[in-house]
Amino acid sequence: MSTDTARHEAAPAAPATTWIGRLRDLLQRKLPYDKLLPETQPAYMASWIYVFGVLTLGALGVIVASGAVLAFRGPAWYHISTTGLFFNSLHFWSVQLFFLFMVIHLAGKFWMAAWRGKRAKTWITGVVAFVVAVGAALTGYVVQTNFDSQWIAFEAKDGLNAVGIGSWFNVADLGQNLLIHVFLLPAILGVLVAIHLLLVRVHGIVPPIDAAEVVERTTVQEKSQPEEAR
Amino acid sequence: MSARTKQETLEREPWTGPARHYDIIKEGVIATLVVTVLTVALAAIFSSPDDPALTFHGWAKDAPDSLYATTVSELAGTSDSATYGPPYNNNGDGQMMGSLTPQKWAGVRQPVDPPNDFVINPLASQQQPADVATALETWKSAGADQQTSWATAYDTALNDPKGANGDATKVPTGEYGPVPTLATGLVAMAESGALDGVLPAPGQFFTTDNTKQILFLGDGSYLDDAGTANHLQGNQWGMMNETGNFPGQQWLAPFSFWYQLPVFNSEAETGFAATLTANGDIYILAIIAVMMLIVMFLPFIPGLRSIPRLIPIYKLVWRDYYKNQK
Repeated sequence: MSTDTARHEAAPAAPATTWIGRLRDLLQRKLPYDKLLPETQPAYMASWIYVFGVLTLGALGVIVASGAVLAFRGPAWYHISTTGLFFNSLHFWSVQLFFLFMVIHLAGKFWMAAWRGKRAKTWITGVVAFVVAVGAALTGYVVQTNFDSQWIAFEAKDGLNAVGIGSWFNVADLGQNLLIHVFLLPAILGVLVAIHLLLVRVHGIVPPIDAAEVVERTTVQEKSQPEEAR
Repeated sequence: MSARTKQETLEREPWTGPARHYDIIKEGVIATLVVTVLTVALAAIFSSPDDPALTFHGWAKDAPDSLYATTVSELAGTSDSATYGPPYNNNGDGQMMGSLTPQKWAGVRQPVDPPNDFVINPLASQQQPADVATALETWKSAGADQQTSWATAYDTALNDPKGANGDATKVPTGEYGPVPTLATGLVAMAESGALDGVLPAPGQFFTTDNTKQILFLGDGSYLDDAGTANHLQGNQWGMMNETGNFPGQQWLAPFSFWYQLPVFNSEAETGFAATLTANGDIYILAIIAVMMLIVMFLPFIPGLRSIPRLIPIYKLVWRDYYKNQK
């Protein structure tokens, strides 16, 4: 071991003064590895409703993978190729599943009041991710280059124009929508999902609504039982 | 410490109660595999919707009279596009909510000039028969007032319900200038297939913007009839539908719902319902924006945030936990 290394390891943990050092300290404090990648979860995390969050992520993975294949061959490929049609179908159905799982996930979190205990940011990022996903789906529908995309572009423009958004976001502009659909909105969605997941890990899974009562009752029961009976 | 304080502390602090082994990575991999298998099965069994896009060629072949009448309305400035307002032109105010006119505030950012963009420029970009070429020269050399006078007179005569009623062969003689010949020329151009290639950007190589095609197509009944036949109209829950029997954007149900209400589908010409129907999009989008904000900030809204506590569905979610702690 060199003298420099030994001195470094022995140095007291002084607060960082650099930006990168502060970021490291913040991450170490808020999200240590055992919190980021835990091997255990609270015992109350035992319901099928918890599966829908990860199913939503799985569907997002299939959307990105099938979308990447479609992106390489262009928006009109699937009209003339059976392989293209199959990948378009994968993209189409994974989007349907994605929204189905996400809506169930959101509904589940609502009935669990999952925003409790300083988890409001987790809830908000989830809702914003849903809104961005709706935008990503809309742009996906208008870049199908078929009758449905003509119809949706014609209809959707009125709503967007009515609130002034249509001046910048033109659903009848295939080039603009293709770029927004393939790059911009997936990038934003990816960042939101990453923040959402990190917040879940930072705060942990929300305890049951009356967990304190249950804990107290359990404690009282344990105390009232003789030592040998426990 | 009160029960409420204990509960809030429990929610804020890291959980120190009973725990169970849980491999999130393994769960994620299994979930992705399950979704992949499910997606492959759905794709293999049901495929995906792909009704071909409508074309001006198809419009000219299937409904030439409709294309002819729409072309005349573009020249006369009476079509939906010609009277739309921002962001395409200043020929209309657009939708408004009280004194709020965001459509107008945004201004004209995608200029569309229907007579020239949909009719004159496409015709001028191709070699035309002698009569159409002469009609083009006559139109271009006339003043704006003269052009409007010809086109309006012909548009009125063509659509007179007690006269021609859409049939060009029954239009009485009048001062229509080159308008009938220009409309006939554009229908012929569409029938040849040339209009589909020329319309987006006459004389240019690259085209990625379909605004002009979409607007022109939507000005006639051809697109509208196809939308109705496929149950895609706004008042048919069309926002959530797809062509064929495929699911559409089901997640837009809370949005589509409002378009089904009679107050946003009124036949009235005056009054509250007429105002809401004419400006339905801006009112419904405002409602949706408020709804989204409510959902987003639900954790901070007294009353609403207590609903899960008052309707204890959570007891089903955590039933194993309660059972094991008894």
